[in-house]
Amino acid sequence: MLAYLIRRLINAVLTLLVVSLVTFGIFFMVPKITGSDPALLYIGKTSDAASIEGIRVKMGLNDPVLVQYGKFLKGLVAGRDYVSGPEVTHCDAPCLGYSFKTEQEVTPLLMSVLPVTLSLALGAAILWLIIGVSTGVISALRRGSLLDRTVMSAALFGVSMPIYFTGLIASAIFVYQLGWLPQGQYVPFLESPSEWFTQLLLPWITLAFLFAATYARLTRANMLETLGEDYIRTARAKGLPERVVIGKHALRSGLTAIVTVFGLDLGALLGGAVLTEKVFNLRGLGYQALQAIQGNDLPVILGVTMIAAGFIVIANLVVDLVYGLIDPRVRLA
Amino acid sequence: MSSVTPRPFLEVKDLTVRFETDDGIVQAVTESNFSLEAGKTLGIVGESGSGKSVTSLALLGLHRTRSNAKVSGQIWLDDQELVTASDQDVRALRGGKMSMIFQDPLSAMHPYYTVGAQIVEAYRVHNPKVSKKAARERAIDMLARVGIPQPSRRFNDYAHQFSGGMRQRAMIAMALVNDPKLLIADEPTTALDVTVQAQILDLIRDLQQEFHSAVIMITHDLGVVAELADDVLVMYGGKIIERGAAVDLFQRPQHPYTWGLLGSMPRLDREVRDRLTPVKGSPPSLINLPSGCAFHPRCPYAGRNGDRSFTDTPVLTGGAHAVACHLPAEERAKIFKEEVAPNL
Amino acid sequence: MSENLLEVTGLQKHFPITKGLFKRQVGAVRAVDGIDLNVVAGETLGVVGESGCGKSTAGRLFTRILEPTGGKIVFEGEDITHKSVTQMRPLRRDVQMIFQDPYSSLNPRHTIGTIISAPLQIQKIPTPQGLKKAVQELLELVGLNPEHYNRYPHEFSGGQRQRIGIARALALRPKLIIADEPVSALDVSIQAQVVNLLEDLQSEFDLTYVFIAHDLSVVRHISDRVAVMYLGKVMEIAHRDDLYKNPRHPYTVALMSAVPVPDPVRRDSAQRGRVLLTGDVPSPINPPSGCRFRTRCWKAQDICATEEPPLVQRLDDPDSHLTACHFPVVDDEAVAGRAPAATPA
Ligand SMILES: Nc1ncnc2c1ncn2[C@@H]1O[C@H](COP(=O)(O)OP(=O)(O)OP(=O)(O)O)[C@@H](O)[C@H]1O
Ligand SMILES: Nc1ncnc2c1ncn2[C@@H]1O[C@H](COP(=O)(O)OP(=O)(O)OP(=O)(O)O)[C@@H](O)[C@H]1O
Ligand code: SF4
Ligand code: SF4
Ligand SMILES: [Mg+2]
Ligand SMILES: [Mg+2]
Repeated sequence: MLAYLIRRLINAVLTLLVVSLVTFGIFFMVPKITGSDPALLYIGKTSDAASIEGIRVKMGLNDPVLVQYGKFLKGLVAGRDYVSGPEVTHCDAPCLGYSFKTEQEVTPLLMSVLPVTLSLALGAAILWLIIGVSTGVISALRRGSLLDRTVMSAALFGVSMPIYFTGLIASAIFVYQLGWLPQGQYVPFLESPSEWFTQLLLPWITLAFLFAATYARLTRANMLETLGEDYIRTARAKGLPERVVIGKHALRSGLTAIVTVFGLDLGALLGGAVLTEKVFNLRGLGYQALQAIQGNDLPVILGVTMIAAGFIVIANLVVDLVYGLIDPRVRLA
Repeated sequence: MSSVTPRPFLEVKDLTVRFETDDGIVQAVTESNFSLEAGKTLGIVGESGSGKSVTSLALLGLHRTRSNAKVSGQIWLDDQELVTASDQDVRALRGGKMSMIFQDPLSAMHPYYTVGAQIVEAYRVHNPKVSKKAARERAIDMLARVGIPQPSRRFNDYAHQFSGGMRQRAMIAMALVNDPKLLIADEPTTALDVTVQAQILDLIRDLQQEFHSAVIMITHDLGVVAELADDVLVMYGGKIIERGAAVDLFQRPQHPYTWGLLGSMPRLDREVRDRLTPVKGSPPSLINLPSGCAFHPRCPYAGRNGDRSFTDTPVLTGGAHAVACHLPAEERAKIFKEEVAPNL
Repeated sequence: MSENLLEVTGLQKHFPITKGLFKRQVGAVRAVDGIDLNVVAGETLGVVGESGCGKSTAGRLFTRILEPTGGKIVFEGEDITHKSVTQMRPLRRDVQMIFQDPYSSLNPRHTIGTIISAPLQIQKIPTPQGLKKAVQELLELVGLNPEHYNRYPHEFSGGQRQRIGIARALALRPKLIIADEPVSALDVSIQAQVVNLLEDLQSEFDLTYVFIAHDLSVVRHISDRVAVMYLGKVMEIAHRDDLYKNPRHPYTVALMSAVPVPDPVRRDSAQRGRVLLTGDVPSPINPPSGCRFRTRCWKAQDICATEEPPLVQRLDDPDSHLTACHFPVVDDEAVAGRAPAATPA
């Protein structure tokens, strides 16, 4: 198990390194292709040549690519100093540079919006996991029944509805028509837990609806497969009550595949639920990413990408570990 | 039959199992009749898809969880009727009074639970008052009984850490943990090598003597049947086509299909034959069974006695050695002696 | 006439086992670990042994689907041990393989016609009567309806699929066919049909077979000579009747005595005479020193652990009967488990 763990960890670090390399490559190449000068983007077109050159030096834009990448990595791990003449600006680790637009440090900027995305993603995840898995299991057990067919049709509907559609419809009904839920802004949990909750409820439900549909279908398929396994027949032949056969023997293996998908979905969402954030006007990572893309704000794009990649890699790692815990064949291989 | 004769330990009457599928109704088992006394072994042979497993699952009531299965007829186990019994009652018998060993012990054991835990679980469902510790001791004891070395250590292993033979031993330990009166073994050695098969058959034989249980041994290997069974059923297309004492059935087989089975089989205990004499053609579809005798498309004697074979379904008749074939017994005996036996 | 079609000496195949972060090689599965044998033109050589003893690996080496780790393979006097894929191509015509699983060895998306004609097209064999006609002739040869040319594998039963596999192997009119458990997955009556078909084809086309199986009765029926394998080595090889009547190697004796006798009258004597091997087959990663069978052999002595017995003629056997055992089983030895083979019923 230890070797397995270490191998996974090294894998994770390597993946992050590759991601950083690729994103940095893009960061470096995009201005070349579009013909825009990062220094210009940063300081604005009206500046004189001397101050542009100053920026160049300060940002290290004149250095060879590898040196730039090295500095970027160092910034991530140990922080970095931007020197322009006598003036030294220190950027703490993990340093993702400065926004072209606002000249803010990227790391604190993203950290400030992270709670929004975290709240959104985690809340929705809990919701869709409970709803999706339980309906999936029930559908599998009542295969072919009216309930099964209804739930599965609903799930198909859910899977095929784009989030901006369901999101807008839901807001229109619950916020504007019925007035059951407030319209407005994200409220930090620590400020007011109840407002945090009511503000997020609709985004949660909308997002969870989409995922719950997928999970219900996936759970149903997995459960049906597991229920056909020989060891389920053995469990029944032992005289175990059906509740133990399903709840213990079938569920444990039926849900392992869900763990993988769930880890990856959650990891991906934590990097920013772009559409949902946009629809509900939540200023999280996804929203930031959108802003940055529209404004050609490369350091922010790079930052969001790194954070998103980090979440996915971590999620992957956790999934692998959980898998090892659930399945002794993986652990003892 | 007068009501004075006591019922045999296991008596199956007109057992019929149908599955509704998208392609039509699968006539998996049709009007099966047989019985078995305690301490005896019944062998069920037949080719793939002939209804052997479906029969055994019906005895354990395992078709109840399938919504597309329809079971009719009667199953009397120790004077209790099982087809109409409640789910609760049947469940109490499963793994207790009657238990089952399956063909592929790797897939029949749960990959995520230790072998020991699965045996303990089987024990405790039927003995809920027993402490965990006592159940564990019982499980280790059973592992030792079936010949697993270092049982208290192997208790904590998973099925994939066992060899094929060990797994089957563990499966047997699990099936015997509650001293069943009826043990059903569905191809328990098909997945194993011959040397391991010999060990397992030996084990089953010993344990049967020790526990004095009735055993149903399902297999497609006539050799295995001959080794273990007192009585034999031969199944074809979901029906029993020949039923009798093992000695009679092997020495004077009466059904043309049984002849075909024997003729297909090269044997180590005889001189090498020039040619095998197999049944021609392939097994029937259970959705569209051939009319009359289901074996007629493959039977070399189908036309011998008028065209009854094509129109009427023969019934299993004949007391101790029963056969389902329209040919008169004397004619069959003659054919066997003159045409079949010399080629075996 | 005893012209060797295939000659194998010291043949080895070790599959590396890697471990740890850097996939360091920590050992090897010695799947085939030094076998010597020859296949005479026109004969059927049976290869028997328990699961994992290296039968399939050996078959794959003979056809050079696998690259040997050591030893030498000579086909028709030509050393093919390390020929490359392109160098092997002309030889592919002469050596064909039939596989165990009639389900996975046929591509489900191709019609029978495509499957059987593929080797003809790859090898660019001219078919004067036309490709379709050639395939239909092959179908007829293996007892299938030629009109099924355009059907897909899933429309056929297991036995029929095995016939399709045989037709494909026959398409190139090979000299040698390696059949890896060709009937193991089939029901007994279908199995007998396929065995009869293989025998008919052999006499019609002068085929040479290597017939790999774990069923001793089927191997006895079809083979001229039989090799018994255990843990990657040949333990005994002999003409069929010599082997089944006078098994010399304790493993052969145990193997034969384990086969259930389909005769309830003889059941007690068969059971009394049975050698029940104890324990499991050791791992091919660390085979026992000396004789590989010694951990389960009832005749083992000290020398068996130190000296590996060579595969040579023993006692008064004919020189075609080779046994790798220091203490071969003697004819009148009161061994439990002497197979009741010889006596006719
Ligand atoms: N749940 C089911 N639904 C539909 N058909 C079924 C079901 N279970 C079994 N059958 C069909 O019933 C027939 C008899 O199957 P059964 O498993 O009893 O065969 P068997 O004699 O045990 O064969 P084998 O030697 O292959 O195990 C087969 O045609 C099978 O396809
Ligand atoms: N590609 C491979 N990589 C590693 N090990 C292998 C590989 N192929 C086979 N082996 C191992 O080599 C040994 C011999 O395998 P092989 O398939 O030749 O046995 P076999 O005699 O054909 O057995 P069976 O009767 O089960 O088919 C086994 O221990 C197997 O696990
Ligand atoms: S009834 Fe007719 S077809 Fe059926 S087995 Fe007897 S002779 Fe053959
Ligand atoms: S060499 Fe020794 S251990 Fe090996 S088979 Fe012969 S007697 Fe047994
Ligand atoms: Mg079966
Ligand atoms: Mg093999």
